[in-house]
Formats: sequence, structure tokens, C-alpha cells
Amino acid sequence: MIEILQKAAAQNGLVTAFAVVGVVMLLSMQLSKRLTMGRVHGSAIAIVIGLALAYWGGVRTGGHKGLADLSLFGGIGLMGGAMLRDFAIVATAFEVQATEARKAGMIGAVALLLGTLLPFIVGASVAWSMGYSDAVSMTTIGAGAVTYIVGPVTGAAIGASSDVMALSIATGLVKAIIVMVGTPIAAKFLGLKTPRSAMVFGGLAGTVSGVSAGLAATDRKLVPYGALVATFHTGLGCLLGPSLLFFATKAIIG
Amino acid sequence: MIIYGTALLAACHLLGIFLGDLLGQALGVKTNVGGVGIAMLLLIFARLYMAKREILPKLTELGVEYWGAMYIPVVVAMAAQQDVVAALRGGPVALLSAVGAAALCACVIAFINRTERPAVAAEPEPVLHNELLTEAE
Repeated sequence: MIEILQKAAAQNGLVTAFAVVGVVMLLSMQLSKRLTMGRVHGSAIAIVIGLALAYWGGVRTGGHKGLADLSLFGGIGLMGGAMLRDFAIVATAFEVQATEARKAGMIGAVALLLGTLLPFIVGASVAWSMGYSDAVSMTTIGAGAVTYIVGPVTGAAIGASSDVMALSIATGLVKAIIVMVGTPIAAKFLGLKTPRSAMVFGGLAGTVSGVSAGLAATDRKLVPYGALVATFHTGLGCLLGPSLLFFATKAIIG
Repeated sequence: MIIYGTALLAACHLLGIFLGDLLGQALGVKTNVGGVGIAMLLLIFARLYMAKREILPKLTELGVEYWGAMYIPVVVAMAAQQDVVAALRGGPVALLSAVGAAALCACVIAFINRTERPAVAAEPEPVLHNELLTEAE
């Protein structure tokens, strides 16, 4: 019985992956609602569970591909692999309203640029001081400090190793959680009152899930303004990360 | 048809990756340079163009939006196949860079927002593309 079920799951890898991730998302959304009163976004919890499963898979098999090394969960490798990942990320560009974005004007663009550059510099500097002193690793970890999407996209483009990629995702994830939980606490200090301030926040604070969850816990009316700018964040980061920022890092490091 | 949207997305994706590869070759690096970002820009422009010409029915949009909504689950699957065991050996890097980046950005946000003039007229609410999708993220 169990063997037949296992065989069916293993032979339909991608379908199994959809089911497994669906269960993880369901669990995370419930945990988010019941345990944290919606303060920590469900997607952040789901990613933490994903990383925990990857750890479990890594310990069990001694491989480098986390859960995907277990033959039963091989489909996770396809679902979270480069092809579908980039496909889904490109699709999010569809949600960007260019006319609305133009209203954010200069200040939104400046915030967006600063929101890519400053975290990158901090991330790359910390990486360098901790011994990740090659340009590829510095760029990947620095990009991870921008968002947990930009990190792996950049890393994949410039050929970073899997452990550096994981580190870069972990960096983006820790930052997203800080933004989610910290925004309502720091709302007064941040001056989060007007649509314009929310756009500045969306540009500088990065990750869509961090920004939307953080703003939702602060003032529901501000969410669309922040999210609007934040949706550009991943695109800009993915554009600059493997190109300009990588070359700049390479030029400085030598 | 819903496949039109997915095919549009696929075309933008492939063209973006192709241009990224070309750019990489032109710059003398053997990597893809900003292919995903270029693909995103192509999709934004394609959408603007098609919406203006009214050749973008809702069903076609859904073919793209489905994949946009799948992006968190795909990222979860991506997280589940990372080399976390190896990453944990470098623990403080993630924590320090994240805290540092968040703290610096918070200070800059506070600074920029303090320069804002209070006399801002009420702006119209932006209408997001698809409220369900926005909530999903």
C-alpha cells in the first residue's frame, strides 16, 4: 500500500510538489492567523518551513539540494528550480500599474534606488567582513539583503554556490520578518502617515510581503501605495544585481 | 484564451533571457545579465501596449496572473531545496546583514519622510490590478 502510494508520488514529482507546498502554505497561513494574529505574514512562515524542510532533507541525505534530494520530493526541485522561479517572478511584473507608478514620481524612484543600493552595500560589506570575500559571494549576499528573490536570482545568474544562495535567501528572509514585525512598532519614527511616505517606505523597505504585511499592521489604507513601489523592487534588483552591482563589486574587489 | 496570456509571459521570459544572454556576451561576461529584469520590463510594456489597443481580455490576463500568484509558493519550493545545512555554518552573516540593512533603511525612510510638506492634497486611491492577487502576497 504505502509503497504503491510512494511510487505514485515519486513518479508524479511536480504534482506532488504542488500538493506539498499547498499544505505548507495552508499550515503557514493558519499559524500566521492564529499564533501571530496576522503580524508575521503567512508567506514568511511558509518560507521558514521550507528552509526547515531543506535543512531536514540536507541532514537526512547529506546532499546539497535540501528536500529535493529525497526521491519522494524530487518535484520540489522542478517547482522551485530556475525555470519556474523566473517564470513566476516575471509574471509579477504584470501587477505593476505604470500610470499609478508614475504618480509616485521622483521620490519613489529615489527611494527605490536607495532601497536597492543601501541594503546591497550593507550586505556585501558584512559578507566581506565575515570571510566571503569573492565578488560572486559578496554580490549574492548583498543582493539577498535587497530581497530574498533578488538574492537567488542574482546568485543563479553569476554562478554562486548553493550555500551562498541559501545564506542570501536567509538574509532576505530575516530582513522581511524584521520589516513585517518592526514596521508597526517603528511607524511613528518612520513617519508613516501619508501615501507619499508609504511609497518611500515601499521603495526603501523592499520585499512585497514585508511591506504589505508591515503596512497592513500599521494602517490598512497605506498598503496599496507601499506595495505599488515595492513591486518594482524585485525587478530593479534583478536588473541591477547581476549587472551593475556585480561589476561594481568586482571592480572594487579586483 | 487563457493560454494567450501564458504564452505572452513565456515569450517575454524567453526574449528577456535571450537579451540578457546577448548583453552578457556583449559585456564580455559568460553570464546572463539582468535577463529576468528585462523580461519584466518587456511584460510591463507589452501589457500597456495591449491594454491601449484593447487586445487584452480578462482571460488572457488570467493566464499571466495565475503565475504571478504562484510566486510565493514557488519561492517556498525554492527555499525547500536550498543548502541550508551549509548556510547555517555562516549564521551571523545573514543576521548581521539583514539587521544592518533594515536599520539603515529605516533611518533613511525617517529622514526622507521628515522632509515632506504637510500640505499634501488628498490623492486618489490607486486601483491595483487585481485585489485578490495583491492580497495573496
